[in-house]
Amino acid sequence: MLNIVESAAQAVAPITDGATVMIGGFGVAGQPVELIDALIDQGATGLTVVNNNAGNGDVGLAKLIQLGRVRRIICSFPRQADSHHFDARYRAGEIDLEVVPQGNLAERIRAAGAGIGAFFTPTGYGTPLAEGKEVREFNGRMQVLELPITADFSLTKAATADEAGNLVYRKTARNFGPIMAAAAETSIVQVTDIVERGRLDPEAIVTPGIYVDTVVRVPGPAAGSD
Amino acid sequence: MTSMTKDRALSPDELAQVVAADIPAGAYVNLGIGQPTSVSNYLTPEDDVTLHTENGMLGMGAQAHGEEIDPDLINAGKIPVKETDGCSYFHHADSFAMMRGGHLDCCVLGAFQVDRNGNLANWHTGKPDAIPAVGGAMDLATGAKQTFVMMTLTTKNGQPKLVGECTMPLTGVGCVNRVYTDQAVFLIEGDGRVVVRETFGCDVEELQELVPFPLERSA
Repeated sequence: MLNIVESAAQAVAPITDGATVMIGGFGVAGQPVELIDALIDQGATGLTVVNNNAGNGDVGLAKLIQLGRVRRIICSFPRQADSHHFDARYRAGEIDLEVVPQGNLAERIRAAGAGIGAFFTPTGYGTPLAEGKEVREFNGRMQVLELPITADFSLTKAATADEAGNLVYRKTARNFGPIMAAAAETSIVQVTDIVERGRLDPEAIVTPGIYVDTVVRVPGPAAGSD
Repeated sequence: MTSMTKDRALSPDELAQVVAADIPAGAYVNLGIGQPTSVSNYLTPEDDVTLHTENGMLGMGAQAHGEEIDPDLINAGKIPVKETDGCSYFHHADSFAMMRGGHLDCCVLGAFQVDRNGNLANWHTGKPDAIPAVGGAMDLATGAKQTFVMMTLTTKNGQPKLVGECTMPLTGVGCVNRVYTDQAVFLIEGDGRVVVRETFGCDVEELQELVPFPLERSA
């Protein structure tokens, strides 16, 4: 059943120490800034975070890392011009890093939501990122065994939810939102608007409400840091 | 082919023009971050090329400026862009399924090294203090029907980047089809054969001094 809450603080309240948390967004677009801020205030620590990056600047995920609350991060592109908080923790040996090709990251998240136990893909074959993984040949191509990435919680952002939890997104802010919502045990979504049932075109819904557990309305959310 | 003079090494923009001229009309194409992005400056509406960006869009338009900027509409390099008529949005797993499922006709990537067998190294220098970051490079290189590399022929120190065997960590195995450099265009033909298609400001003998394995001339 959908849980519509009044504040980002209420939305993230169930997140416990040691939880695995997927966080949506690619750059500015789709970053659930207010939910991350609420998680910072909430205090859960020892987190495993799944995100495309490892934080930028001094806010959001970067701040969570700076505060020492992230034990492990699974991402495709940690190293950026302004990822200094991650860089410092990583070089100090205070954070574990699993670098994943971005398509494997997306497909492993998708697989978790779809109940797929594992899959083979050519991506990464012959590279350091396939070391130690099972390799088999299918259709004349060498392929690498990859496992799903599951999570206790996901924090994502959508444009509009209806009271059934159906979601629509805006432009490239969609990115990881739909697959993370499906993969996480509890999916928490911040939206700009909540409308009554029947107000969203059923043909246009991107994430059906079955994947959505908690929705909080954050009007005119701030753009995330890049 | 383009009509520019080729009696000297090409500038990055001239090289982008050469690559653009080789992209088939009507193709679905992903241009990597950095120099490959500049190829889009030389694609015309008549080329009918559809640009894919890994963060969930087909039909990506030009860079957005001023009031056109929408923080929800960016490209893989996190630069604001515009829509084109007929564009579409999709989530990350669908976006990478387009690459991984072999639906993209072509991708253009930068490189640290490419070797004679079409192996590509473009994500990690292999230095012990480097923090690895791969992004979508492995999916693109492995999944697109054709992978074009765009790079300088040598490093700033004059070391070859087109080599017999990559010494840096690989991005993909046997995935590169063509290498576009400031001094020549190379075709990777399989079994270690590399053919010089054309040269810019040098002849094949001079080129051979910069490439540490035997090159073949185009017929």
